[in-house]
Amino acid sequence: MTNWLHHIPILIVAVPLISAPICVLFTFGANRKAAWLWTLLVSWFAFLCAIYLLNHVLENGEISYHLGSWKPPLGIEYRIDLINAFVLLIVSGISAVAVPFGRLVVDREIEPDRQILFYTSYLLCLTGLLGVTITGDAFNIFVFLEISSLSSYVLIAMGVRSDRRALTAAYNYLILGTVGATFFVIGLGFLYMVTGTLNIMDLSDRLMQLADNKAVHAGYAFIIIGLALKMALFPMHVWLPNSYTYAPSLISIFLAATATKVSIYVLLRFLFTVFGFSFDFIPLTLTFIFLPLAIIAIFFGSIGAIFQTNIKRLFAYSSVAQIGYIVIGIALSNTIGLTAAVLHIFNHALIKGAIFMAAGCLVYRVGKLTTDSIRGLGKEMPWTFSALILAGLSLIGIPTTVGFISKWYLLLGIMENGWWPLIPLIVIGSLLAVVYIWKIIEVAYFFPAPPDRAPVSEVPIELLIPLWILIGCNFYFGIQADITIGIAKEAATILLDNRP
Amino acid sequence: MSTELVIALALITPLIGSIGIFLCANIPNLRETITLLSAGVLFTFICFLLHQISNGQNASFRLFEVIPNLMIAFNIEPLGMLFATIASGLWIINSLYSIGYMRGNQEEHQTRFYICFAIAISSSMGIAFAGNMFTLFIFYEILTLSTYPLVTHKGTPEAKAGGRRYLGLLIGTSIGFQLIAIIWTWFLTGTLDFTPGGILSGKIEPTILPFLLALYMFGIGKAALMPFHSWLPAAMVAPTPVSALLHAVAVVKAGVFTVLKVVVYIFGIEFLSSTGASTWLIWVASFTLLASSLIALSKDNLKARLAYSTVSQLSYIVLAAALATKLSILGAGLHIATHALGKITLFMCAGAIYVATHKTEISDMDGLGRIMPFTFIAFAIAAFSIIGLPPFAGIWSKWYMALGAANLELYLIIAVYMVSSLLNVGYLLPVVARAFFKPLPQQLQASGSKSLREAPLLCVIPLCITALGCLVLFFFAGEVIDLLRPIVN
Repeated sequence: MTNWLHHIPILIVAVPLISAPICVLFTFGANRKAAWLWTLLVSWFAFLCAIYLLNHVLENGEISYHLGSWKPPLGIEYRIDLINAFVLLIVSGISAVAVPFGRLVVDREIEPDRQILFYTSYLLCLTGLLGVTITGDAFNIFVFLEISSLSSYVLIAMGVRSDRRALTAAYNYLILGTVGATFFVIGLGFLYMVTGTLNIMDLSDRLMQLADNKAVHAGYAFIIIGLALKMALFPMHVWLPNSYTYAPSLISIFLAATATKVSIYVLLRFLFTVFGFSFDFIPLTLTFIFLPLAIIAIFFGSIGAIFQTNIKRLFAYSSVAQIGYIVIGIALSNTIGLTAAVLHIFNHALIKGAIFMAAGCLVYRVGKLTTDSIRGLGKEMPWTFSALILAGLSLIGIPTTVGFISKWYLLLGIMENGWWPLIPLIVIGSLLAVVYIWKIIEVAYFFPAPPDRAPVSEVPIELLIPLWILIGCNFYFGIQADITIGIAKEAATILLDNRP
Repeated sequence: MSTELVIALALITPLIGSIGIFLCANIPNLRETITLLSAGVLFTFICFLLHQISNGQNASFRLFEVIPNLMIAFNIEPLGMLFATIASGLWIINSLYSIGYMRGNQEEHQTRFYICFAIAISSSMGIAFAGNMFTLFIFYEILTLSTYPLVTHKGTPEAKAGGRRYLGLLIGTSIGFQLIAIIWTWFLTGTLDFTPGGILSGKIEPTILPFLLALYMFGIGKAALMPFHSWLPAAMVAPTPVSALLHAVAVVKAGVFTVLKVVVYIFGIEFLSSTGASTWLIWVASFTLLASSLIALSKDNLKARLAYSTVSQLSYIVLAAALATKLSILGAGLHIATHALGKITLFMCAGAIYVATHKTEISDMDGLGRIMPFTFIAFAIAAFSIIGLPPFAGIWSKWYMALGAANLELYLIIAVYMVSSLLNVGYLLPVVARAFFKPLPQQLQASGSKSLREAPLLCVIPLCITALGCLVLFFFAGEVIDLLRPIVN
């Protein structure tokens, strides 16, 4: 038994990977429900694995798993410490609640003959994200990043009921995502050229002595820009709003909650573990490039959100802003700031997962998601809208929600660094969130329904349960935050410990 | 029964009440019985706690840890006890009045009204018993959110606009300033517990202390310090029982109560007065006090006039807190009680006038005193109390606050108190004078005074009780001062 558990690090990636082609086999019976069930089982399996891994790491410290028993740095190593165990939990956890939500919405949004392929791509996307997170090999990161990206291009392109706008959104994402991935791999090439290794720990050791090497600097620049594109940091966010808006609901939920987070995790890995502050322009990039961009992202995203009329796009813009908050946490590069960043990766996944699920419920019932089409719906869909409001409060950062915990730590981190001028900016940012959440509440509750609209009923309970599970998490981890804070703090310490 | 258990029960009784109200939505009589019943039960609990604390007993309990070392914690202390007593006692009276008013006006959504009301009371209890600033902040926000549906109750565009301003200003200031102040305090001291003597002493540079104080004072938007006062007049669109709740019972009192808590238990009176960090606040509060009294003079709408009067009266308390002397703090605490009784009476009178005659403008109220004698006599008594005339309670709080200023030899401040009392006379007494001494307009006389009569009994009885309270408290103000004395020693 212990022997089997020892292989969980590879199983969490391999099982979804292998189950993707198996999923295609369901086309023979055209059994859509079986494909969904299969995806569900795989998601839950990954979630259980992630829980096991997190527990194991919490109790016994980090895990180093050698693929095929080849010793690193020659063989590929899966290296799990608290940070990626946490991110694995986020990715698989969101998938575990999103897939149960998915059956009805996928039935509604995707043509029947494409559904099985949809689930196949979904499994590949899940594989990619889990793989990026778990691997301790830099090139492996690139491979899995491409697996997740390529499958998400496909998934986005399917669109809600073959919405043709999804095609251009996916195309944009394809171009920019590929540019990002290429930058990333070019950067890796530079590092490999200089060090001759791709194992992250090994890279980190060897880079210590190469702080003045120009190739390393170039590699650093390429990697950072590639990742910034993947995580949609302003001004490289342009692919994000349309992709989230036109993607099928399940994909919006899954990607909004996890995809950019995983890229942020990779960024953290490279900034703190691989380069590990081994050369002094990391603090410089953080303070003079990332910080200003993050601030602009917060304002651009929040103000952009205020002016959107499509609800999904509104929240996509809000995601751009939220990434800004996480990046500020990183740019602080003190323990509390990084704690805030790691916390917000988790918390924002819960918030945006819930919000896009609520949006999915609206698509299910109303179809169009403009602010006009939800007029007066608050009374007709009370559960969906109260969930949307509660998630919105969490996004704003009202106490007892997870958003509040993130904000608390972010502000503490800023005070720790003495960057006082940032505080009013953060505050204005969260007040802007009040404005765009408020806009939705007002339309849904205070505007009369258009007279020509047929009565709308609440969505089935099958959709409400996953939605409310996420809402529950938003409050549970907002009140009992010591669990997540404990992990995030530990993770932040691990990241900073690498500093020589 | 252990004291801790009673605190917990006091917090959840209104919530249980709100569930009961929800379940009995279709049986109005039972629904209102539940409101009154939970108000009565709550008041009993509070009286028990009051008895405990006057015996010198203390109690505290912790619910759980939110952030390491930061708890949701509750305890009882004199100031909170006073606030809880006022809020729970007036809830009973206000509920009686609400029944009369809401039925008299045939308002819609009454169930929602009573549920939100109960939740608001519950969060007031949370504020009163909060053991640290963090817990207080949470309940402060719940109070804002739960009173929002009450403010927009009528659902008219005007109500929505008022509600937007209400929510925008209260949430905006609390997140924008108060939260920052709280996190800053936590950053400096590593604790947020309400500690006698304050927690900041020696932890902060005296030069930046005024900034922290400013974040707190403007962040507590419910205390309506200018320029963040406009939510209060905007919230006047709400039904009158709500205005009474906002102005006398829960919301504004929660604001000034928080101000006092922050001054007494976070900053510490001595630390504040020795550093002089609150000097600026003295002037801002004085300005608010006089300016809003002047604005009140110019308002013809009775509720708007009373709203600005509230803004002014709240600044008495903030001013007293800024003076940071023992006497002024005692006076401020007492003023929470005296103003609550006076202002709730005035608002209930305004509501009673509206129910009986549908009049809102003061200039239309000529001669109504003879038709509604009880209402207008109660109005006069409450007005005298607010002005500070003996034998009504208002004089004692003003007395102590002025003594506090005299102790510091700030004669200008005493002048401010005196001028504002004159302004109180100027904006409150004309209402009474018009009602009693001017004749009823011709067309009303023509239509026959039979159609005009005193408001329903359920409206009139509560306001008579609170008016009587203004008189009774005059004789028992010493008890309140004795209750409060431990907080300054």
